Amino acid sequence: MSGVVEVGLGRRTRRGLAVWAWVVFAFLYVPIAVLVFFSFNASARVNIWGGFSLGWYGEALRNDVITSAIRVSLIVALISTVVSMVLGTAVALALDRYRFRGRRALDGTVYLPIVIPDITMAVMLLVFFAEAFKLIDSFGPRLTLGISTVALSHIAFNISFVCVVVRARLDQFDRTLEEAARDLYATGWQTFRRITLPLIMPGVAAGGLLALTLSLDDVVISAFVTGPGSTTLPVYVFSSIRRGVTPELNAISTLMLTASIALVLGSLALQRRRASASQQTQIL
Amino acid sequence: MGPARRSSPTAGAAGEEAAALARRRQGMLLASPGALYLLIFFVAPLGLISVYSFATRTSTGRTSLSGWNVESYRALGDDIIVGIIGRSAWLATLTTVLCVVVGYPFAYYIATRPRHVRAVLLVMVMIPFWTNALVRVFAIRFLLGSNGPASALSESLGFGTFRILFTPTAVTIGMVYSFLTFMVLPLYVALERMDWSLTEAARDLYASGAKAFWKVTLPLTRSGIVAGCVLVFVPSFGSYVVPDILGGAKTLLVGSYIARQFRDARNWPLGAALSVLLIVAMLVAVALNQRSGSGAEDGSRPRNRRRGPDQGEAETVTAVAS
Repeated sequence: MSGVVEVGLGRRTRRGLAVWAWVVFAFLYVPIAVLVFFSFNASARVNIWGGFSLGWYGEALRNDVITSAIRVSLIVALISTVVSMVLGTAVALALDRYRFRGRRALDGTVYLPIVIPDITMAVMLLVFFAEAFKLIDSFGPRLTLGISTVALSHIAFNISFVCVVVRARLDQFDRTLEEAARDLYATGWQTFRRITLPLIMPGVAAGGLLALTLSLDDVVISAFVTGPGSTTLPVYVFSSIRRGVTPELNAISTLMLTASIALVLGSLALQRRRASASQQTQIL
Repeated sequence: MGPARRSSPTAGAAGEEAAALARRRQGMLLASPGALYLLIFFVAPLGLISVYSFATRTSTGRTSLSGWNVESYRALGDDIIVGIIGRSAWLATLTTVLCVVVGYPFAYYIATRPRHVRAVLLVMVMIPFWTNALVRVFAIRFLLGSNGPASALSESLGFGTFRILFTPTAVTIGMVYSFLTFMVLPLYVALERMDWSLTEAARDLYASGAKAFWKVTLPLTRSGIVAGCVLVFVPSFGSYVVPDILGGAKTLLVGSYIARQFRDARNWPLGAALSVLLIVAMLVAVALNQRSGSGAEDGSRPRNRRRGPDQGEAETVTAVAS
């Protein structure tokens, strides 16, 4: 299908659709635009424009609690992304290529963290860590919730997302390439390293980007498994919003927004480089 | 679930069996680190929360695992909790319906553009989808605040201030805003895959535009609608952040109520029972989606090879991530 799809709609309907589409785009973008706009407001009052200023950004970045939260968020995101990329890809490969005991159970389980609501996942992990700590503490160490529990929890949901994305890539994989390598006496490892891995790498990268985004986004699960001193940025923002709206929050939000958009554009650039347009529609 | 394919060396039967065994071991080895991780940090917590739902809350707010009972489940029949569940279900349904109504024409418009325009519009849909969800809810909170920009605008236009924040209306707006893209993407996928010659054929046979839409286009994109509905209903039903920020105390929903049991009220068994209920409800919704998805499969989605459970979610995740 190239060119406008002729769907037999009247002119009025077509114009109506176009207007509607742009109304929806406005709905999606105006709130964000307003938020960003007011982050540059010199006035401390949230509703009055007092001239352009970068003051709130300076204020936010001088705040130790915020810089520490940014650091925690980045560390957690990095660790959870790397670990879940490795584990998730391995699970995807195993599910796609092999038949083994427990395959069916694993296949079903791996989707669950995607489906169940954040809040239930959060309280599940809270209860789990509470019980696990009770057990471990009886042997001596005194463990508490902190940055490690946040990272462990993020890996738990990110494995599933990476796995799903990589599997989609494996689905369109041309197996004859691997067979050809084997026919040319490549060992299993060589085939994997030289053929399989390079071919699924875009999927792994896309999964990693998704994991990174989800980790940087997560607020509910983090809020429940975090401890004092290991607040992530979204958790900080969340608790600040409950206390009230400040221009400083607009500034931090704008920074988070910029990071998300940079990630999307990065992933799009990555995809552009690798896939032709027809392949893209196939994936979709 | 596609059958695992075997590489078939044409050796003797014994050799083949040994090779199959080796492959099986290899597969297990490959899966085990991730599987083990999920076992510890997902399956065990899931089991634990189910156990907790049968536990007793002591007078000090601790949880005692001795003495099993279904007290927490009985408490779910309480008027207050039934009210909360009902309100959550109602708001989630309202959100889902609004998302279909808003999202369908929107997805339709995008899917019927020329290819290069479509690609740009799709990116414009993706950006909010990938944007930090909390920031987006905050944007609505900021916009709708009693002294926020929307109120200021309405005042300067002479409509007076409005107080929408901390009402169910605000929560609904926030949820539609948060989850609309979850609806648009599967709808777009279904519409983009549609065989438009069928609609054309209906037109050739003198069906009116409206009739062709209701009788041909809509039924053929049913799988996309159902997938989108599940994708919107599930997170809005269990939503915690949106009602917490936009709803205030008056719009207590299941998600916030569960959180409350684990934080302030310290009634973990009750919170656990509600969580189990929520998880079961979600699984039912997803299973229903899967069943209806397989029903609509043959005609409308020729390019789609079925694979695995929860393919609605999986597909959308992939669509977004790839």
